Amino acid sequence: MDNPLWLIPALPLAGFLILAFGGSHLSKKMIAAAGAGSVCLSALITIMIGTKLLSAGPDGGTYSQTLWTWIDVAGFNAKITLTLDALSLVFVFVITFIGALIHIYSAGFMEGDKDYSRFFACMNLFVFSMLVLVLADNLLLMYLGWEGVGLCSYLLIGFWYENPANGYAARKAFTITRIGDTAMAIGLFMVFYQSGTLVVADITAKAPELWQQNETVVTVIALLLLAGGVGKSAQLPLQTWLPDAMAGPSPVSALIHAATMVTAGVYLIARMHVIFELSVVAQSVVAIIGAATLLIAGFTALTQYDIKRVLAYSTMSQIGYMFLALGVGAWTAAVFHFMVHAFFKALLFLAAGAIIESLHHEHNMFRMGGLKDKMPVVFWTFLIGAASLAAVPLISSGFYSKDQILWYAWGAGGGSPLLWAVALLGALITAAYTTRMMILTFWGESKTHIGHHPGKRMTIPLIVLAFFSLVAGFIELPHNFGHFTLFSDLMHKVLPETILRTNVSSEWMFQLLAALATFGGIFLGYFYYGQQPQRIENLRQNEMLAGLRRFWFSGWGFDQLYDVILVKPFVFITRINKADVVDKLYTGIVSVTHALYRLLSRTQSGSLRWYIMGMVIGAIVILGIQMML
Amino acid sequence: MMLALLIVILMAGGLTALLAGKWNKSFPRWIALISSTAGFLILLLFWIDQHQVVQVSSDQNWLVQYQKDWILSFGITFHLAIDGLSLLLLVLTFFMGILAVLCSWEEIRERTGFYYFNLLWILAGVAGVFMAMDLFLFYFFWEVMLIPMYFLIGIWGSENRVYAAYKFFIFTQASGLLMFLAILGLYFIHGNNTGVYTFSYVELTGTVIPSQVAIWLMMGFMVAFAVKLPVVPFHTWLPDAHGEAPTAGSLILAGLLLKTGAYGMLRFVIPLFPEAARQVAVPAMVLGVAGIVYGALLAYSQTDLKRLVAFTSVSHMGFVLMGIFAFNELALQGVVMQIVTHAISTGALFILAGMIKERLHTRDMNLMGGLWTQMPRLGTIGMVFAMASLGLPGLGSFIAEFLILLGAFHAHFWITVVAASGLIFSAVYSLRIVQKIFLGPEKGAGHIPDFSRREMVIMAALTVSIVWLGLYPQPVINTAKPAVVRLVQLLQPDSDIKSEQSYVR
Amino acid sequence: MKSSVSIEMVMLLAGLLFALGIAGVIIRKNIIFMLLSVEIMLNASGLAFIAAGSHWGQPDGQVMFIFILAMAAAEVSIGLALILQIYHQHQSLDIDKLKEMNG
Repeated sequence: MDNPLWLIPALPLAGFLILAFGGSHLSKKMIAAAGAGSVCLSALITIMIGTKLLSAGPDGGTYSQTLWTWIDVAGFNAKITLTLDALSLVFVFVITFIGALIHIYSAGFMEGDKDYSRFFACMNLFVFSMLVLVLADNLLLMYLGWEGVGLCSYLLIGFWYENPANGYAARKAFTITRIGDTAMAIGLFMVFYQSGTLVVADITAKAPELWQQNETVVTVIALLLLAGGVGKSAQLPLQTWLPDAMAGPSPVSALIHAATMVTAGVYLIARMHVIFELSVVAQSVVAIIGAATLLIAGFTALTQYDIKRVLAYSTMSQIGYMFLALGVGAWTAAVFHFMVHAFFKALLFLAAGAIIESLHHEHNMFRMGGLKDKMPVVFWTFLIGAASLAAVPLISSGFYSKDQILWYAWGAGGGSPLLWAVALLGALITAAYTTRMMILTFWGESKTHIGHHPGKRMTIPLIVLAFFSLVAGFIELPHNFGHFTLFSDLMHKVLPETILRTNVSSEWMFQLLAALATFGGIFLGYFYYGQQPQRIENLRQNEMLAGLRRFWFSGWGFDQLYDVILVKPFVFITRINKADVVDKLYTGIVSVTHALYRLLSRTQSGSLRWYIMGMVIGAIVILGIQMML
Repeated sequence: MMLALLIVILMAGGLTALLAGKWNKSFPRWIALISSTAGFLILLLFWIDQHQVVQVSSDQNWLVQYQKDWILSFGITFHLAIDGLSLLLLVLTFFMGILAVLCSWEEIRERTGFYYFNLLWILAGVAGVFMAMDLFLFYFFWEVMLIPMYFLIGIWGSENRVYAAYKFFIFTQASGLLMFLAILGLYFIHGNNTGVYTFSYVELTGTVIPSQVAIWLMMGFMVAFAVKLPVVPFHTWLPDAHGEAPTAGSLILAGLLLKTGAYGMLRFVIPLFPEAARQVAVPAMVLGVAGIVYGALLAYSQTDLKRLVAFTSVSHMGFVLMGIFAFNELALQGVVMQIVTHAISTGALFILAGMIKERLHTRDMNLMGGLWTQMPRLGTIGMVFAMASLGLPGLGSFIAEFLILLGAFHAHFWITVVAASGLIFSAVYSLRIVQKIFLGPEKGAGHIPDFSRREMVIMAALTVSIVWLGLYPQPVINTAKPAVVRLVQLLQPDSDIKSEQSYVR
Repeated sequence: MKSSVSIEMVMLLAGLLFALGIAGVIIRKNIIFMLLSVEIMLNASGLAFIAAGSHWGQPDGQVMFIFILAMAAAEVSIGLALILQIYHQHQSLDIDKLKEMNG
């Protein structure tokens, strides 16, 4: 235990246990101290271990610690082993650091809630599970974290449980992700029977000898794992749970449904990159799913009223970018975008939460407006976050990460002009809906009275996150200006380098186009919502456009589709069979016996003449038979 | 000697409780608590003692035996013996016994003497079933656990109790008779072959049976165990019995009686008829999967909480059947885990249902809702066990289902894929339980008390066990290992004995 | 003494009497008449025995007839006693009214 690695997940777990068992006896201050303190401590330890790993790490660049043997049956061996390498370090850093900020924010945000300790208990449990997910050295332990975060997501989406709609959203999230998880579990079975192990490092080592390039088995495995990732990361076709998940408190959306849990799919694919590299089909599927999701979610975000739903669809869309990057083989770019996205999206959600709370739980952007001067801290931080989301060139970190993905969508080994075009269109839409959101929320006239302003506990995390949203991009600069590759150097200890199929020299042209797309989007948003809002009204008059808008607004009709093809039949079948049709077989036997008994007891009438008739008839029949013979 | 003592403790305790009940209403429960705890402690000490010396070997290595002549002229002996598998199930029996006594503590107020007599005699029957090494003795204990259970449901059950009790009795009795016929068939075949007429399990395992006859004899055993387990077309007694039985009755039914079916398949069906068992493996796995899916579908539509939990049992026991007939060590270890964890998790859900019924006087979930607000502890525990029932990693049920699926995957790909869909369905119905009972707006007004101290003890014991099994299942796995390995060796023709790493291609 | 009546005719008569008796038992409602009908049936079978006995020249037929006679006497005496009791208790001899089974 000289290695403090185990402390990183253990501290949030301890926080959870304290709050779960003693939460009702603690004061609110103590609860906040236990809840936020444990995660802050874990963040400190992460930074400590992280710097040690980067400066004087062991040879393989990996810390590993085995706590105990979990299961050992007939050659199947899973240990509780934590492993820290460059990839998991990035994730652990984001989880603990952003997690700590969100916990501090929550201490203020949830102050008035009666279930203060339950909230922090669930949040701590979430951080613990998420850390287990990324630190796990084998896929089974990862699955434990994977399901654990699903549980916490369920608990926190349905945190305000009195409203059945929240409970429904929570169940929907759990069930849909569970579908992906089950596919992933089958994937794990296949991996085990093919390779005899679930330890990630062993699979990575064995994979090239075990499977041929593009073998069917490896494609199936990759697709099954992908299904797990798709469910967790709210990608097509299992994306419908994420917008509803916004029923949870805003810090939950920031931590779970923006920064960490929804990117678990990205982590999984990056972690198992050897398997995906062996299958061109699976990789293309990843890229196509990413591209399709980023486009569909982007269009949907354009039409939403609810500020949190806009952010939810934009999260979906940004994760789509990450999937696209993974799919074309730009592993590092995906992880880079994950980190940057975690900063600015957490910031956006927290700022949105502050706005919503100040406006008496008003979610509708069209009833906000004019907040620019009234809530300056929130405005400036939100503006920075939005700039990053829209990828404003040079000054925002989002530009550096997204530009890289756009470039690789064309230039990387698995890239193609079509993917690039989709990503570029996505960038335009992203900028457009971001601008729309900014204008509706902060400019124009004020429509709702501001209740109370966010306190220090809420604004300080916003400022810190805003700072990182600005500077996080500078650790990785493109080839043509600076060519500073701190992040990718770190990542290449774990992930393979991206193979380019075109010349580097043309990259500046793509950057220019990306910048143009951003500015175009901003202009569109400004034109329709800032400058000439009556044009939107005119567009709405058009029958076809209105129909299209309704279609986009509903999230491209996926909810309705699943309702018709899955939910309704399921409910119908279970309802008609409530009394169990098999039981009818046995009650049928009972009824037949009953009928026979009735029939025979009818003959026992007590009337002599029937008996004699019976005897006579019997005698005649017997005589008759005898004569016939 | 210890083995006979265990049964004697229970039976004598039952008789004493019956007599003491004439004097005082609260004596019997103390007697029942003391006798079940005493048995539990004896077993626990034995287990800890044995834990060092567990070894894997292919011959019949019983941990401890007890043998006395009984009816010599028919070759019947009073032969008890246990291996790791039986030991686990015995520990489980007494653990469940203690909990059953504790959760009837306040619930049962009438005819307490006779109640605890029945309770202890059921336990004695179950314990006997897990130890008997003589088929006649086995059948005797099989009946011993049946009749008191009939009384338990029929006397202390709720409204529709008589119907449920009859149904339970007829299903189990009829199938038990088929098993008795099969036992007699085996007895005479062995007698004809060797000239030695005996009911001894050890002797009969080696019997050479023509394969045509073997199938039929095996079916006799299978039907009895399939009804108990229950396997899908024979499951319909279960929801009625569970729904109407008193809390302790449901607990023992789910926790122990169903497990005798699984135990019977592991102990008798496979060792006595390995060839025939192999022939029916695929249909049996299909039935298992049918149980998983069908039970889950039915569970989703129920409004009666106890019926719902009963159907989840059908679904979970489908995993057991599938695992047994997957015939490999992973799946069989999963089956053992599933037996133990299902007893704990489903038992806990039944106890919860009982506690809710004591407070709200209803089992109808449509009349519940928002209970979390008044009873956060009950809500939390309910959440834990709903999660256990959907197989959340970190809780014991996950290990069980994962190992079964992993093992079954080796045996049959598509069956396992369908079975895995059970994971989704289980999530659907488990979350429905949580939503309907604990979440949502509060339905009833008025103060409802949260857990009492006694209830906390019961729930803490169950919660600790399920978490322990989820995070450190190795003691259970190691204890069951010799028995499981022996089963696997029985089933594998000598030519392709699988070594540990043989999965690697 | 030589019989001038053929055996077939006697048997036919016995059969007719027997059928008459059965018809009486079935059709009649009054228990006394039913008893009478039973007597007729007994005597019909007695007649058949006698005829058969004389046809084969064997004494067995007459032995059987004496048995039947004794049995009929016992039957009538017990039957009439029962009928008296029934009449005392129920004030009726109609068997349809006396029926107590529900069948």
